[in-house]
Amino acid sequence: MDAVDRTLINELQDGIPVAERPFQGIANELGMTEQAVVERLQGLVDAGVLSRFGPLYNAERLGGAVTLAAMAVPEARFNDVVELVNGYPEVAHNYAREHVLNMWFVLSTEREERIEEVLDDIRRRTDLAVYNMPRQREFYIGLRLAV
Amino acid sequence: MTPWDDACHKPDPVDRAIIRATQGGMPLSVRPYHTLAESLGLSPSEVMSRLQRMQDNGAIRRIAAVPQHYALGIHANGMSVWDVDDARVDELGEQVGMLDCVSHAYRRPRHPPQWPYNLFAMVHGRSRGEVENHVAEIARLLGNACHRYDILYSSRLLKKTGLRLGG
Repeated sequence: MDAVDRTLINELQDGIPVAERPFQGIANELGMTEQAVVERLQGLVDAGVLSRFGPLYNAERLGGAVTLAAMAVPEARFNDVVELVNGYPEVAHNYAREHVLNMWFVLSTEREERIEEVLDDIRRRTDLAVYNMPRQREFYIGLRLAV
Repeated sequence: MTPWDDACHKPDPVDRAIIRATQGGMPLSVRPYHTLAESLGLSPSEVMSRLQRMQDNGAIRRIAAVPQHYALGIHANGMSVWDVDDARVDELGEQVGMLDCVSHAYRRPRHPPQWPYNLFAMVHGRSRGEVENHVAEIARLLGNACHRYDILYSSRLLKKTGLRLGG
């Protein structure tokens, strides 16, 4: 990753416009062609430096719902439960964390009721407790990741 | 609170086709909305006007690069969790969110006795030492309104996708 990559990552976290040629501004700023910008970005996606490039949807604003859920999974069953939980398309992120509650996943569903359906389904199939921790309030955040 | 807090954009079938085609990422080309329109059999102006409308009403936060922290050397990802007096958690949560080291901050329900914490602040750093310094800063800010806290480090990313629309 070089200075151009870093600039692209830092600047493009804020977003591109909806316009015929949305990379024109950043290309001019960096003295590059738009084609070169696009190829750099594709390279960063392919290398896994960017997990993706595109619209960040707000599921709640689309009439859907989001929650964070946590489980205490016995170590011997961990991989099986990962597979079971990740098998739900509604599971957007899943992290192993060092705690008694060692699995934390984000559920994103189109319908509010679907949250409890999926959590109940996971409780039933694993016979484990699933703690539902929906956000009750989001606090304002100033910055983005600087690299 | 913004006027949009209770608003909702009910996606119609064309919106849904656009969402489904882009939730895992958009085609990268010089004219990406044209490329997208072509793949969906829609006109570029229709795709752009729908994306713009979803952005205006908050259904799209932004159209942007999403960095993968691990790949960028941000190896320590500490979810700091705090048991804060209910009467003060909103006021203090606002202040925690403003700290440079915090990338997300939320109030969430407790599940006593297993889970006494009601404030979550995600802290990123290049090392655990860096994360712990940030957490000490949060602890100072919360003062005696906080009764206990913990830091949960992620040991493995098990899954990460964008929003997934089923059907």
